[in-house]
Amino acid sequence: MTLSDMLIGCLIMALVTYVTKAVGLLLVRKQITNRFVQSFLYYIPYSVLAVMVFPGILFSTATIWSGIAGTAVALILSYFKRGLLVVSLASIAAVFVVEQLIVLLA
Amino acid sequence: MKFTRGLKDGLPIALGYLSVSFAYAIAAVNNGAPVWFPILISFTNFTGTGQFVGTNLIAAGASLIELTVTMLIINMRYALMSVSLSQKMGDGFPLWQRALLSFGVTDENYAVAIRQPNKLTFSYLTGLMSCSFCGWVGGTALGAALGDVFPDMLMSALGIALFAMFVAIIIPPARERSSVLLLVLISTAASCLFYFTPVLNKLSDGWVIIICSIVCTTIVALLFPKDRENDDKPENGRTSEAGGNDGGPAPDSAEDSSSDDAAGTEGGAK
Repeated sequence: MTLSDMLIGCLIMALVTYVTKAVGLLLVRKQITNRFVQSFLYYIPYSVLAVMVFPGILFSTATIWSGIAGTAVALILSYFKRGLLVVSLASIAAVFVVEQLIVLLA
Repeated sequence: MKFTRGLKDGLPIALGYLSVSFAYAIAAVNNGAPVWFPILISFTNFTGTGQFVGTNLIAAGASLIELTVTMLIINMRYALMSVSLSQKMGDGFPLWQRALLSFGVTDENYAVAIRQPNKLTFSYLTGLMSCSFCGWVGGTALGAALGDVFPDMLMSALGIALFAMFVAIIIPPARERSSVLLLVLISTAASCLFYFTPVLNKLSDGWVIIICSIVCTTIVALLFPKDRENDDKPENGRTSEAGGNDGGPAPDSAEDSSSDDAAGTEGGAK
């Protein structure tokens, strides 16, 4: 990562993000009526997040075993609709505990 | 709808942001970025998922086109929230106020703002957004500065934080709606296909996200177009559920916004 890579990258990220946020408030005065566009915009966050999370979450920690443990805890707790903070912290804790256990048992 | 009321409503968001932006900064520094870089990104972008992916792409040396298109895809949902928020604001917002408030449109700010019973005011929105913004930038600064202090094991554990948060965003609505469940399943399958198949795994993360999400979302949007009739009914149930969900970011806000749009569309059509 060179300095110019980072600055240009940051500029592009900031511009694109701001444009998507501002387009509705500044330009669109009417409601979107196209049903496909509505549906597409409604669904896309779930798809993007699913693609980002899986299978990357399994390899996001030091070992696959702690990754599996953290993933399982996150899946179970969010199935029971725990809040974001709770799920996140519990998952971190699960990873931490499993990695400690691996060290102790090894 | 005063400034202080906005600050108060922004406090739980700011607390939630602290941990997430903390984890973001650690991930960025682990990726080889200098300490100031994630702080600059948080200060100029103020968005969760986009920053996470964008910073990874920059670290991986992705092309500028790839970066632009990926950010556009990930942030596309803001356009809808922004439209929806515009309907919720009272008259008399000059252009400069709209331009300023646009920066503060995030999943969580949107979700809280749109639930207010009254028309929104400039002072309320600036209170809400500045409070959560402080949490976001503050958490990033702490994470970037203190990241190295923590032992490797804790760093490894924090690596899963954002992933776990995204799981918490997609699973509850997937449980409620079979169309969302289908979308999550085929998106996961597509992502795994690109991750594990020998030739396909040469493709960078940015393009994988773009290709998989556009194809999968198009399929589901065509198979299960949003049903305008049903949108108004479950709204109450969903609002209460969102309450127990830390202000429920993407899913609740996406649903809220589309419900609003659908309702508005019907009204407008007649």
